[in-house]
Amino acid sequence: MKEINQMTLVFEGRSVNESFARVTAAAFLAQLDPTLQEIAEIKTVVSEAVTNCIVHGYEDKPGAVRMKVQIFEGGRIRITVSDKGKGIPDIPQAMTPCFTTGNEDRAGMGFSIMQGFSDKIRVRSFPGRGTTVVMEKYIGGRKEKTDA
Amino acid sequence: MINYEVSERILTVTILGEIDHHTAIGLRTEIDGLVRKYSPLCLILDFSRVDFCDSSGIALVLGRYRLMKSLGGEVELIRLPENVSHIFDMADLKRLVKIG
Repeated sequence: MKEINQMTLVFEGRSVNESFARVTAAAFLAQLDPTLQEIAEIKTVVSEAVTNCIVHGYEDKPGAVRMKVQIFEGGRIRITVSDKGKGIPDIPQAMTPCFTTGNEDRAGMGFSIMQGFSDKIRVRSFPGRGTTVVMEKYIGGRKEKTDA
Repeated sequence: MINYEVSERILTVTILGEIDHHTAIGLRTEIDGLVRKYSPLCLILDFSRVDFCDSSGIALVLGRYRLMKSLGGEVELIRLPENVSHIFDMADLKRLVKIG
């Protein structure tokens, strides 16, 4: 896959930055002319990934969250969200629907939603060193429909 | 942020703006305060003015479902935008609450 554009954003893992991150990713990907549904899906997967860094990676303590968004030829995108927090000891368990180590404000549905809204998801984690989530997705955009 | 109205022990809460981990805590506190104040038999959550919702919205509904159940009441969700109903379907929320 040939990369044609990319951006990287590093920000403090504060919950107020969840909306900043998802809006930034959506604004960057606007060049692909995504549909409203594609925009909603992008914003949602970014929101889930960044919330995981803040709630689970750093457990609400300060720490940097890094988000990289890449655009490849043919409308493929890759979103990489990483933290240097505590890591996930058991990735399959963390990805099980409704499993959460969080409090009653968490549904345990973050990974299910990230899986549902992206074509491919990869999670790498080392206890004590952090977690990286890589999601790939195809953005068809609105052009296809109007050309048809 | 929310708007609300109470009529014959039905509390209707319209959620305004975005539901994420950052906003959910305030929404929970506001809604639960109203539930304790008015003791409704039915809590209706109106999503028509929600322009973003992630899995925090699922937890918000589940928590309010548990609260209303413990008080002998029920929860109904109305006017779900497509992106919100898509997320709620993933958690199969209609098993627990009425979706109008």
